[in-house]
Amino acid sequence: MSISLTESAANRVKTFLEKRGKGVGVRLGVKTTGCSGMAYTIEFADEIEDADTVFEENGVKILINPKSLVYLDGTELDFSKEGLNEGFKFNNPNEKDRCGCGESFTV
Amino acid sequence: MALLQISEPGMSTAPHEHRLAVGIDLGTTNSLVASVRSGIAEALVDDDGTALLPSVVYYGEGKTPEVGASALENFSKDPLNTIASIKRVLGRSAKDIQSANDYIPFQFENNSDSVPRVKTALGPRTAVEISADILLALKQRAEKTLGGELVGAVITVPAYFDDSQRQATKDAATLAGLNVYRLLNEPTAAAIAYGLDQSAEGVIAVYDLGGGTFDVSILRLRKGVFEVMATGGDSALGGDDFDHAIANWVIEKLDSSIRDDDIAMRRVLSSARQAKEQLTSEVSTVIKVANHPDLELTREQFDLLINSYVKKTVMSCRRALRDAGIEKEDVSEVVMVGGSTRVPLVRTQVEKFFAKAPHTNIDPDRVVAIGAAIQADILAGNKPGDEMLLLDVIPLSLGIETMGGLVEKIVNRNTTIPVARAQEFTTYKDGQTAMRVHVLQGERELVSDCRSLATFDLTGLPPLVAGAAKIKVTFQVDADGLLSVSAQEVNTGVSASIEVKPSYGLTDSEIEGMLKASMDNAQQDMIARSLREEQVEADRVVEALNSALAKDGKQLLEEQELEKIINQRDALIAARHNADNAELIKQAIKNVEAASEEYVARRMNNSVRSMMKGHKLEEFEK
Repeated sequence: MSISLTESAANRVKTFLEKRGKGVGVRLGVKTTGCSGMAYTIEFADEIEDADTVFEENGVKILINPKSLVYLDGTELDFSKEGLNEGFKFNNPNEKDRCGCGESFTV
Repeated sequence: MALLQISEPGMSTAPHEHRLAVGIDLGTTNSLVASVRSGIAEALVDDDGTALLPSVVYYGEGKTPEVGASALENFSKDPLNTIASIKRVLGRSAKDIQSANDYIPFQFENNSDSVPRVKTALGPRTAVEISADILLALKQRAEKTLGGELVGAVITVPAYFDDSQRQATKDAATLAGLNVYRLLNEPTAAAIAYGLDQSAEGVIAVYDLGGGTFDVSILRLRKGVFEVMATGGDSALGGDDFDHAIANWVIEKLDSSIRDDDIAMRRVLSSARQAKEQLTSEVSTVIKVANHPDLELTREQFDLLINSYVKKTVMSCRRALRDAGIEKEDVSEVVMVGGSTRVPLVRTQVEKFFAKAPHTNIDPDRVVAIGAAIQADILAGNKPGDEMLLLDVIPLSLGIETMGGLVEKIVNRNTTIPVARAQEFTTYKDGQTAMRVHVLQGERELVSDCRSLATFDLTGLPPLVAGAAKIKVTFQVDADGLLSVSAQEVNTGVSASIEVKPSYGLTDSEIEGMLKASMDNAQQDMIARSLREEQVEADRVVEALNSALAKDGKQLLEEQELEKIINQRDALIAARHNADNAELIKQAIKNVEAASEEYVARRMNNSVRSMMKGHKLEEFEK
């Protein structure tokens, strides 16, 4: 099982956490919703729950619960800029198909 | 794929339902849009990386309107179609603009219409339409940057903006296709940006020195609610004056003929501006003017040039504190807003005056938009429930006119909004079938001393004896400080209502003046009020007595008794019209009541008797 994040993503997460003033890390997950089945979620995490698997890279803790982990195994979290827009991106090898807008996917 | 932002725990949104919300600072000189992304509020920049959008719209013949820096470029070649500083006339009537001393840099259409329209090559435009063009440019920037449609926006307005100016701002936003969550006072937004709304209590002074305007606001924070205690400032003082002060100094040193040459003058002004900006971090700078020797300007010299302006702002702070009725020591936080607060002399003088280091960490150009963005993020529902929702208060009391030219306050000043308050009123005359509702704003007791906002008539009341009809008047102030008033007769349900859109506005100094007058005149107001109340009561007594006498005075009274009552009644009428003392009228009313005591008793007996006539006693026992 592995989850990784790029250096730019790690730096952004660190800055956001610092400015927010609290939180142990970020929680990644999938939600069964959206036009193509699943959608990614990324949230600040204020505590680590018992069932969570914790990955640490570049000084950032990533928390994932077991239900989401099966879909996210091997995912790399990246931060990228597209024109004026910027944000986080999931590079997930399990993804087979995604909806046209790219907000949801199937495995 | 879509780019995601980090949400608060449990607040992730479904795809295509991201709650994208922005805060907009619609300024006189520059405007900005900001948003919260991954928990951080930031100003959004355009393709060139600039956050500030000049509040300028160019209406070139046969072109689509241009907004911002590109519009500004047309200023020298087509000044009449390049509209700047539109905020100065937003929500104001033609009459209002004429009477204001402000220099308005554009021309209006001549027509009798109360809404002024600016002449442009693309036809007449109202201030609302021009402001909407600016807002639309910001909306487009935000949608491009955030990657989706906006669900809502918080737009800031000066604390002294009145109802009509707020309504016009809201209209402009609607026209630009924005869903306005609410309007927020600019100083309140700045305080939120610094997180001052998180502390429990305190008095906050917000010092806002922009390019062309200066505002100072004294806010009181109590249980998460900001109350505007006082506002002050100068609508024609700002960083531009600093530029002119340097330019004048340069011209005096070099060559006074520069003044006659527009292009050379503009160049000197722009070097003056650069010099001013350099002196924020440097202690001296060199000003270069073509064909002239270089000039050195030290910060010390610069401070001397602008000292009188800075002093003026400090005077305004002193006045605002006095209006708020507090001492310098009561101020717990000082917040700096506006690009010109970067000038070191401004900072040191403000710090010296309040004896407190002001908050300056956040870019003073962006701080208002950032505060608005934080508020918009909460209103969009991106924060967990425990976050407090900030409330505003109404600046002046609202009420209606009652008999005798008195104002009955229904919503008191500093009530938190949104609010709805109702009060019951009744008719004054027998058979009265209509009632005029006159809505007023102000702190004084008499109608003539308050500001009239609107009037409307409630007709179709059932003709009852005076005092029997029940008319419920409801005042509703929404979250933006906009008022609607409705009146309903409780028994029949007939109703009438009005939305208040006053035709002209009050300036900040007028609001200040109104507040001050209510304090200064409290004693006279009280006396005037009780006098009017007794006069109204006297009229009511005379009215009721006359109608009774006309009905059965002759049957029930001996001539002598009748004469006695009439004498007292005439004495009361005389007192009501001549006395300037409530006590005298009160006494005269008592005299009438005493004289007619027996008459009243007889009338009672008479009416009971006539009621029972033809009925058996048993019928009443049931």
